[in-house]
Amino acid sequence: MTPLRSADIAKVARPRIVQPLTKLTTGIEGFDLLSHGGLPRNRTTLLFGGPGAGKTVFALQCLVNAVHHHHASGIFVAFEERASEIIANSAGFDWGLDAIPEKQIYFLDARLSREVVKAGDFDLAGMLAMLTAKKEEIGAQWIVFDGIDVLLSRLQNPAAEVDEIYRIRDWLDDSGLTAIVTTKSEERPHESVQYGFMQFMADCVVRLGRRQEDRVASQLIQMIKYRGSGFAAAEFPLTFGSSGIEVAAGESTSVPGRASTQRLSLGFSDLDSLLGGGVYRGSSTLISGLPGTAKTTLAGRFLEAGCARGERTLFVSYDEGEGQIVRNLASVGIQLKQHVDSGLLHMFSARTDAISPEELFSGLKALIARHRPSCVVIDPLSALARSGSSITARSVASRFVHMVKDSGVTLLVTALSEADDPVAESTTLQISTIADTWIHLSYLVLSGERNRALTIVKSRGTAHSNQVRELVLSKSGLSLTDVYTGGGEVLMGTRRWEKEADLAESRSRMLAGAEIERRAMDHAMARTEAEIKLLQLELEQQRARMEVASSEALALEASSRSRETGLRTKRGNPAGKASTRVRSKSPR
Amino acid sequence: MNARRGKPEKAVNGSKAVAVLRLYVAGDAPNSVQAVLNIEAICRDDLGGACDLEIIDVLQHPQRAMAAGVVVTPTLNKDYPLPTAQVVGNLSDKLRVLLAIGIRSPEND
Repeated sequence: MTPLRSADIAKVARPRIVQPLTKLTTGIEGFDLLSHGGLPRNRTTLLFGGPGAGKTVFALQCLVNAVHHHHASGIFVAFEERASEIIANSAGFDWGLDAIPEKQIYFLDARLSREVVKAGDFDLAGMLAMLTAKKEEIGAQWIVFDGIDVLLSRLQNPAAEVDEIYRIRDWLDDSGLTAIVTTKSEERPHESVQYGFMQFMADCVVRLGRRQEDRVASQLIQMIKYRGSGFAAAEFPLTFGSSGIEVAAGESTSVPGRASTQRLSLGFSDLDSLLGGGVYRGSSTLISGLPGTAKTTLAGRFLEAGCARGERTLFVSYDEGEGQIVRNLASVGIQLKQHVDSGLLHMFSARTDAISPEELFSGLKALIARHRPSCVVIDPLSALARSGSSITARSVASRFVHMVKDSGVTLLVTALSEADDPVAESTTLQISTIADTWIHLSYLVLSGERNRALTIVKSRGTAHSNQVRELVLSKSGLSLTDVYTGGGEVLMGTRRWEKEADLAESRSRMLAGAEIERRAMDHAMARTEAEIKLLQLELEQQRARMEVASSEALALEASSRSRETGLRTKRGNPAGKASTRVRSKSPR
Repeated sequence: MNARRGKPEKAVNGSKAVAVLRLYVAGDAPNSVQAVLNIEAICRDDLGGACDLEIIDVLQHPQRAMAAGVVVTPTLNKDYPLPTAQVVGNLSDKLRVLLAIGIRSPEND
């Protein structure tokens, strides 16, 4: 290496070998999307941010991912913390860092301890020579300078700092390494001496920051510049998950074209038939309503039906614990316990207080990735809005719905409404505009009682009833009842029952009347028949009497004729004359 | 004035005591050249030659420098007498160098 006077280094313009820009994916999904493909290969990326913004984690995560995904190797130069501390701190992430051999990631402790005495100016020429040697030894493609500002500040000389920055830049150019340099940003970054120069040395500049909303802090990442490349310039939320940093960017801005025509049952046949057979697979359904309107019950039914089809399901609750939900749903005939035991249904309960919506979101994302469900319930999604700003909550809610839909999962979310008016509710999280089906549950108060009412506010691609139905919860489960509409009013509950009873009574009264009439007719007919029998009997008697009478008359005639014959014989009269005379004389 | 950390194990001035010093430099970079001149002067003038000084060029022997925990150049390691000490810079601040390596110089009394 040709020695140069540090003052000269700044002046000498080295011919830079300009290669076309290629990118290396970092393995941090959201970041790769917002940077349109990752970090610039063989070039330098500057990462700046306040303490605890995630600079070290980001840099180390890129390195670990390069090792895992690209079989690359790299050097991690730790200026701020001890290498052993950094390794220990990253044990919480699933990187398997301690399993990575030293020849793949070499940690160089470049911390000048406080005990080191500074006696005059120094430079980094020696360190860079050591790094060159190490790079050759392990064939490194990556290098991380973590917390370079810490060492530079020990120079106590702004001009010397600038010289060293130039030295590092030239070394990086020559080395052809893909580099990440991290530095703390001051409260007023534009006044920091090295800051401007650092930006200059880097082809890609990324800012990590923090934002406080209400009492919830959230972290963010923003791409400041990227030479020769487009990028998404917005601030993106950043969270720490089990895989390290997660960037909530790049949920695709285009809407996927495919759409399933398969209908999924909501596990509630009355409701399915209202929706033309259920909801489409991969669609999102919003159930809104006041507390106690049976939102959770409907959600439970949906998952029970999913499990019964043998599908994996996920129940995320921000209100109640797992046991409580299973018990409560069992009381209305929804049995989830067996599915929890078989592992088909995964229940997850969490508190949402003082957790930023971003953290909840990344937690949900990890949960879905782990359990791979085909049906998901979030009860209630409006819990997202409980902490932090409503704008963040809204963006998280919509990103979440889109993320789930893009992965083909059928989603059912519930939302607690403050007002019993679906239109007022729709503004809270504005999920109703993204949801494909929106079912609103409300109370109708009539004649001193509250009854649950179900309305289908919208259902995309489905003919659906606009009528309000009464939702009845009982031990045997749920049912939807047609309501009576009369005089412009909807009758429910007792009023409906009364109406139904009235109708039943009048029907039975009618039935009874007919019966009486029938009996009377029967009776009349029977009487008539009896009368006919009596008359017949009389007729027969009369007939019999007549027969008797006529036979007596014959007998009488016969006896008188024989007496005449006897007398005529005695007198010797001819038979013919005598008989005629006799007959006329005796009439009988 | 005494040593910064602990007592020197032996009387120094004019005695047989030998300080083991290792100076790590980066070729003939300005700070390194300066440091070599400064430490040689200190050994000669302040330690009366009672020092075992080795100058190591990091550009030639990077592994040695790494093993010695050197980060920047120039770096002076005092390996003996104990406790060890490390001084960085071109060693132009002679007083600080002497204090750090825990060897009293008569002129500074």
